[in-house]
Amino acid sequence: MDKYIISPNPHVHAPVSTKKLMLDVIIALCPAVIVSFLYYGWSEIIIMAVSIASCLCLEWTITKFLMKSSSTIGDLSAVVTGILLAMNLPPTTPWWIVVIGAAVAIAVAKMSFGGLGQNIFNPAITGRVFLLLSFPAAMTDWTVPAGFIANNADAFTGATLLGQVNILGPAAADKLVSLGTLFHNIGGSAGEISALALLAGWVYLIVRGVIKPWITLSIFATVAIIAGIFHLADPEAYTGPLFNLLTGGVILGACFMATDYVTSPMSTAGGIVFGFGIGFIVMMIRYFGSYPEGMSFAILIMNMAVPLIDRAFHQRKFGRK
Amino acid sequence: MSKITFKIGGVHPNDAKLARDRAIEVLPLPQTVYVSMAQHLGAPAKPIVAVGDKVKTGQLIAEAGGFISAVVHSPVSGTVKSIAPRADIAGKPVTHVEISVEGDEWAEGIDLSDTLVTEIPEDRVAILKKIQDCGVVGLGGATFPTHVKLNPAPGSKAECLILNGAECEPYLTSDYRILLEKTKEIIVGAAIMQKVLGGCHTVIGIEENKPEAIEAVRKALTELPYNNIEVQSLKKKYPQGGEKQLIAAVMGREVGSGALPISVGAVVQNVATSLAVYEAVQKNKPLITNTLTVTGDCLPLERQHNYLFRIGVPLSFIAEYAGGIPEGAAKLISGGPMMGKAISNLDAATVKGSSSILYLSEASTRRGTESACIRCGRCAQACPMGLEPFLLNRLYKAGDNEALEANAAQDCIECGCCLYSCPANIPLLDNIRMAKGTVMGILRARAAAAKAAAEAAKSNENKN
Amino acid sequence: MSSTIIWTVAILAGLGFLLALILYLVAERFKVEEDPRIDEVEKVMPGANCGGCGFAGCRAFADAAVKAPNLDNNYCPVGGNEVMKKVAAILGFKVEEKAPQVAVLRCNGSCAVRPRINEYDGVKSCKVKAALYSGDTGCSFGCLGCGDCVEACQFGALSMDPETGLPVVDESKCTACGACVKACPKTLIELRAKGPRGMREYVACRNMDKGPAAKKACANACIGCGICVKTCTHDAITLENNIAYIDFSKCKLCRECEAMCPTGAIHGVNFPKPLDTAAVKERIAKRKAASAPSAGPSGTLPASGPLPLQPGAAMASGAEQPSSPSNVTSSNSNSSNE
Repeated sequence: MDKYIISPNPHVHAPVSTKKLMLDVIIALCPAVIVSFLYYGWSEIIIMAVSIASCLCLEWTITKFLMKSSSTIGDLSAVVTGILLAMNLPPTTPWWIVVIGAAVAIAVAKMSFGGLGQNIFNPAITGRVFLLLSFPAAMTDWTVPAGFIANNADAFTGATLLGQVNILGPAAADKLVSLGTLFHNIGGSAGEISALALLAGWVYLIVRGVIKPWITLSIFATVAIIAGIFHLADPEAYTGPLFNLLTGGVILGACFMATDYVTSPMSTAGGIVFGFGIGFIVMMIRYFGSYPEGMSFAILIMNMAVPLIDRAFHQRKFGRK
Repeated sequence: MSKITFKIGGVHPNDAKLARDRAIEVLPLPQTVYVSMAQHLGAPAKPIVAVGDKVKTGQLIAEAGGFISAVVHSPVSGTVKSIAPRADIAGKPVTHVEISVEGDEWAEGIDLSDTLVTEIPEDRVAILKKIQDCGVVGLGGATFPTHVKLNPAPGSKAECLILNGAECEPYLTSDYRILLEKTKEIIVGAAIMQKVLGGCHTVIGIEENKPEAIEAVRKALTELPYNNIEVQSLKKKYPQGGEKQLIAAVMGREVGSGALPISVGAVVQNVATSLAVYEAVQKNKPLITNTLTVTGDCLPLERQHNYLFRIGVPLSFIAEYAGGIPEGAAKLISGGPMMGKAISNLDAATVKGSSSILYLSEASTRRGTESACIRCGRCAQACPMGLEPFLLNRLYKAGDNEALEANAAQDCIECGCCLYSCPANIPLLDNIRMAKGTVMGILRARAAAAKAAAEAAKSNENKN
Repeated sequence: MSSTIIWTVAILAGLGFLLALILYLVAERFKVEEDPRIDEVEKVMPGANCGGCGFAGCRAFADAAVKAPNLDNNYCPVGGNEVMKKVAAILGFKVEEKAPQVAVLRCNGSCAVRPRINEYDGVKSCKVKAALYSGDTGCSFGCLGCGDCVEACQFGALSMDPETGLPVVDESKCTACGACVKACPKTLIELRAKGPRGMREYVACRNMDKGPAAKKACANACIGCGICVKTCTHDAITLENNIAYIDFSKCKLCRECEAMCPTGAIHGVNFPKPLDTAAVKERIAKRKAASAPSAGPSGTLPASGPLPLQPGAAMASGAEQPSSPSNVTSSNSNSSNE
C-alpha cells in the first residue's frame, strides 16, 4: 500500500449493509415460500419465478436506460418485492398478470419515485392492489391447484376463509378457524397458507435485529382488540379475534409488508401509531366494507400518513425534555 | 455488582483489545523532539525559550496563551533548534519547538522515585496551582485543561467525581494498562481531585471487558486510606467514555444541551489524567509523558505494544521503533477507530492527547459505496444523543440551518455511531459535523449579539 | 331532472360569486402598497436568484435598488452593464460601467504535476476535506478536487476535468456571481476582470510555502522567486507570503512575467497566439542591456508598449504611459492595428 487512506471518523463500520438486510428478509420469507411451494406446487413456483425475474429485469432496465445510473439490483430489494408480490397473488394467476403486477410495483410504485428509499407506497402491495382492481376475477379465483403434498383442495373451492364470511355468515365462518389454521390454511394466496411459517420468519428478523417488533405487535393488538369488542357485542354479526388474526393477509402484511423500512415510520412511537392505523382500517374494511380482505388497502392508506407520523414523533433527545 | 450503562443509543463494535496483555515499555529517546504549542483545547501556548537555549527535562518552555490554555514543558534535555510552524498529523501547520536531545538531565525538584506518596497536601489552591503549573490536561481525548475543570464556577458544586476508565474505543489499551500497572497512583490522583472538589463522592467507571482492571482497583482501594471512592463496572457499550454518556451511566443524570457536566454536579476525568495529577502534585513532575498503544488488526500479536513515551516524540519514530508500518496497513490512525484522526503526516510529533498508533487493514476501514437511504432508522437508534442523523444529513444538504438547530445538530458529539451503523454507507457524520459547525457559529453569534445588547443597555442605564 | 341541473348550476355560480367577492374584499383590505418600480426592476433582472449581488434574490435586489439613494452599492454581476443600464433608466440613476469579470482558478496542480500522497475516502466535499486535513497532495493550499464550486455554480459554468482533477470555467457561461468564490474553502477562485477579448494574465497558484517545499509538492507551484516582480515594468506584480499576485488593473498584458516564470505558475489565457518565450526573453534581455549603462529612471525605459501577441492590450489599458508608442524592440506590424 503506497498511499494510505484518509477519512473522517469513524474508521470502522458495522457488518451491515442494505444487501445483507434484504438477504435476511429473503431468508425470513423462505419458510412461507417453501410451504406455498409444497401446497400449491408448480403453479406457485412459476408465479414466484416470473415475479422475481420481472422485478429484477424491470429495475435493471429502468436504472440502466431511463435513469442512466448504476444498477441497483444488487441490493436485492427487487427480489424481496418480487417474493412479496408473488405471495399476495392467488396460485392460479396467469403469468402475464404477474408481469403487469411487477411492472406496477417496480416501475410505478418504486422507480418513478426515484428508487429504493424514495417510494411512498409499498411496491408489492401497490402492484397487488392494482391487479385486484384491474383483474378482479383472476385475483379472486381461489381454485387450489395440485400441490406436492395432499392439500384437500376439494374442500375449498372458490373462496378463502374470509370469503366464507359472506357465504356462510360470520358465526359459521368463525368456527372454521381452529388452531390448525395456524399451520396451514388452504384457499388463498401463497402468503396466507401458514401463519406459523410467516411468524417463524418474523421472529428470525427480530432476532437478527433487522426489524423491531412494535409495528407488527401494534397491528395484532389492534386487530384483536377491535375484533374482540365487536365479537363480544354481537357474535352473530362479527367474526372473532382469532379468525381475523389468522385469516387473510394480516400476518403476512403485519410481519413483512407494514414493517418495510421505506414506507413505515422510523420511531417506535410512530410505528405503534402506524400499526394501530393499519389494524383499525383493516377491521373497518372487513366489518363494514365491500371487500372481504383489507390488509393491502390498510397498509397503503397508512403509508400515506408516514411523513406526517414522522413529523409528529421524534425520539427523545439526550438532555432535553 | 450491578452493571450499568447509558440508556439512549450506543453501538457494540468488536472491542479488539489486542494489546491488552502487553506490559507498558519505556520508549527510548529520539535524536530530536518537536513540542507542539497547540496540544490542548483552547488558546495555543506561547514559547518562552529562544533558539539555542539549553533546556532540561521537565523545564517550562511555553506559557499559557489564555484562560483556557495550558503550559508546556520540555520532554527532554537538549538544545532548542528552532521555533517554527511544522505540520501536525493532519498536515496543518502548528508552531513547534524543536529540541535536539542531549542526554536526559531532569530539571530540579522532580521526584523520579517510584515510592507511592499517599499523603495529600491540605491546601486546595496550592494543589490546583500545581496541576496548572505542570500543564495537566484531560487525556481522554479532548485535552481540556484540567485545572479549569477542577475549579468549577462559584455557585456550582461537584457532587460526584467520575474517573473515566471505560476505554470504550476498540483496540486502545493504554488506560487499561495503567489501571493495572499504576493502580494506586491513579487512586491517589483521584483522591487529590476529590479533595480539590471538596470531598465529593468518587466513582471509577470501568467497562466489564476489563475485569482484571476492576479487580485491581477494588483491591487497591481496600489497601489505601481513602473514603468515598468506589469502582463501578459498566456494561460494554460505545460511547460509554463520552463525558455525557458516562455521567448518564453512573449518575443517571443527563447534561443538558450546551451545558457543562458541573450543571448536574458531575466532574469527569480520565484515569490517565488522574495519573498525571498524581505525578504533578505528589512528584512535582509535569505532564511530559503519556502511554500510547501501537496496535491494529493487521499487526501481528507480538508486535502490539504499549509504550510510555515522551510527549513530542515523532510518531514515525515510534512506528519505526515498533518495527515499522506493517504489511497490509491501509490507514494509520491516532486514537481509536471510532473517534481517532487519520494520520496523513506520520512525521508529526506526539501531543499530550496521543493515545495510539492504530494500523487498520483495507478490509476493515475502507468505506463501502454510498447507496440510497432505506429509512431503516439504525442511525437514530445508534445515536447516543438521541438525534436523527438521517434527518440532519438531509437538512444539511438542503442548507436549512433553522431546522438543523431545532433538531439539535449542535448536540452531536461526533462519536461516529451513525455512520458506523448505516447499512447504506451514507457519510452521515461527515455532513453532520459541518452542520454542527454552522449551527454552533450561529449560536455563538447570537450569544455574542445578546451579550453586546445587554451591555449596551447596561451602559445606557448607567448614563441615565 | 332539468330543474336539478338548473339548481346545481345556480347554486355553484352563486357560491363562486360569493367566494370571489370575499376574496376581493380581503385583498382590498390587506393590500400592501408597494413601489411599482420594484416590479419593473425585477422584470429586467436576469431572474437567476443567485445572490451574486449580495441580496437574497432578484426581488430583494430590486427592492434595495429602488430604496437606495444611488446604485453605487447595488450591482448585478450576472446581468452586467446592460441590465444595470435598464435598471438605471427605470430608477433615473446613473450607473458606473464596470468591467465584466470572470471566475479564475488560481491552482494548476493537475494530477500530473502534483503527486497524490494519500487517498481521501470521506464524503465528496471540499468543505469536509479541508476541515479534516491538508489534502491528498503535498500542497496544502491547492485545489482539493471535490467540486464544491461545481455544485455551487447555478449557471453550469464549472465542470470537473477528470484528467487534471481541477475545475474548468466555461467563460461563456460564467456570470461572475461569486458563488464559487464563497464555496471554495481554499479561496482559490478569484473574480478577475475578463480583459480585452478575454485576455488576462494571472498567477495560478496560492501555495504560500517556501520555494523548495512548494516545488516539491507541485511542479506548477509559484515558488515565490520574485523574478516576475523584477520583470514587470508596470508595477503590477506583488510578492507576499511567497506568492506572487498580478493586479489586473495595472497589468498591461505584456506577458513578460509569463515568459520569465520558471515554473509556469503564471498563466495567460485567450491570447490569439501562443507565447513565444524565446522572443520575449530576448526582448527583455535587450532592454536590460540598453538600460544598464545609462541607469536612468525607470520611466524612461522603453518597456510598456503593447506586444506583438496581444493587439488589444493598449486599447484595454486606456491611458497609456507616454513612453509606450516609442517602443522599438517590441513593435511589429500586429501592434499597429489599433
